[in-house]
Amino acid sequence: MSILTLQGVSRTFDGLIALDAVDLSVEKGEIVGLIGPNGAGKTTLVNVVTGALRPSSGQVIFDGTSIGGRKPYQIGRLGVARTYQVVQPFPEMTALENVMAPAVFAAGASDMETARQKAREALEFVGLADSADIIASELTLAGRKRLELAKSLAMKPKVLLLDEVNAGLNPAEIDGALELIRKIAASGVTVIIIEHLMKVVMTLCTRIVVLHHGAKIAEGTPEEISKDEQVIKAYLGKRYSQNIAGKADANG
Amino acid sequence: MIRILISIIVVAAIAMLPLLGDNYLLRLGTMFAMYCVLALSWNVIGGYAGYPSFSTAAFFGLGAYTGAILQGAGVPMFAAWIAACLSAGLFAVLLGMAILHLKGHYFAIASLVVAEVLVEIATSWTSLTGGGMGINLPVLRISVAAQAQLFFYAMLAAAVLAFIMNWLVGAGRIGFALQCIRQNEDASSMVGIDTTRYKVIAFTLSSLFVGGAGAIYASWVFYIEPPDVFSILLSVKPIVMVLLGGAGTIFGPVIGAFVFIVMEELVWRNFLSFHAAVLGVLIVALIFFLPNGILGVIRRRRAARSTEGAAS
Repeated sequence: MSILTLQGVSRTFDGLIALDAVDLSVEKGEIVGLIGPNGAGKTTLVNVVTGALRPSSGQVIFDGTSIGGRKPYQIGRLGVARTYQVVQPFPEMTALENVMAPAVFAAGASDMETARQKAREALEFVGLADSADIIASELTLAGRKRLELAKSLAMKPKVLLLDEVNAGLNPAEIDGALELIRKIAASGVTVIIIEHLMKVVMTLCTRIVVLHHGAKIAEGTPEEISKDEQVIKAYLGKRYSQNIAGKADANG
Repeated sequence: MIRILISIIVVAAIAMLPLLGDNYLLRLGTMFAMYCVLALSWNVIGGYAGYPSFSTAAFFGLGAYTGAILQGAGVPMFAAWIAACLSAGLFAVLLGMAILHLKGHYFAIASLVVAEVLVEIATSWTSLTGGGMGINLPVLRISVAAQAQLFFYAMLAAAVLAFIMNWLVGAGRIGFALQCIRQNEDASSMVGIDTTRYKVIAFTLSSLFVGGAGAIYASWVFYIEPPDVFSILLSVKPIVMVLLGGAGTIFGPVIGAFVFIVMEELVWRNFLSFHAAVLGVLIVALIFFLPNGILGVIRRRRAARSTEGAAS
């Protein structure tokens, strides 16, 4: 059964079409990659799913209920979490307090002590347990990205949308982040990830969806996508696909 | 625990004030209690939630007129005060739903205009409010000294209630939600906080006891007129007090109110002809040099000492 379904979802800004009748169906437990050139509508799609924007038309169905046009806090409480392209901490709070907020308000912890416990678990999970008492704005960028993940996890999400979590990280940090995302997926959370680093998408995702000018132009396994003519033309470029093909030949 | 003990001792000490038998001090004590109500109330919306509200004067004046009109109609004084709290609260709910989606300067200006609108209404609705002539309140048939004590204790009770409200907000769920909203409103709604609801709650809490204080003030001075109870200073002073003491803290507003009233009195006595200018310069200087308020300085000292201790 699919956990998240988009049916003909469109979003326009003063006549500019940011999302053009997108159909998408995400199964439980998948890691779906969302790729496309800048301005393709990837972040708009995340905003529509999480309630930051209303869809101009079409249906968003999460876990059997229609959520199109609901408020972000309502959608968050249902079990849809996200991270932002630019990290969004509560800058003056400690890491622990940052993670307590979703535990209290989204996951509905009965009291502060329970929330603190849940927050510690989430920080532990993302490897930030030692930084629990550090003020969020003083964490490193990699630390703040992990903090965002911990905040999302404290919401007890069923679906997690990651908007370029790896942007700005160095290769070692990216490897750490990849491992973490796998761990999150393994814990039973469905993951939708926007990413520009093809290495990440190709190794991590079970399925890839390509957006271009707001419309879905392709969908399939990483291998299918890397050979898709339209995708190569719109996004990947000739050289990349030849590289991939070359590697495949060498391996085969 | 220690903080609760200190609070009780301070309140008890202030409550002894009438024993000194000094009417000047008693008047000052009543003003201090009133300033505490205004500052503690503003702290909820301006300190915790970070919404710079200039509506305090609107709530105060509305409460004063509600109290005055009801008392004029024969409603007992105490019931009129409660009704003033409720009318200010109800007004805040409606006003909050209308303007709390505005942010920063826009919210500040919208909240500022409200008092001006109410002044116009109070001035032109002569049949109800007496217009520019103001309203006289029924005179109490007790001695002047007994009146002074009655209004002192009434104001002190309002201040204690506002203090408890401020404390409960700060220590609980509402305060946590408001701090999240202040630091990052978009992220707040993403982690499941119904931001509109919490902002309206905060705005309403910031109005209740201010309305009550307005009504107590009206009963105390026996006569109110629009420019007096809707004065812009009633909106500005509590902001200065909270910034002085420490915004978004439990004790900051009280400390700020105390420092402010002491300054106000000293300046008033020594610079009679240009006291407003001197007070203004003092306020600018204090806020410039104490950006996080008096509590902020104490906290930083303490933090510095504890890190030194850890290092050595």
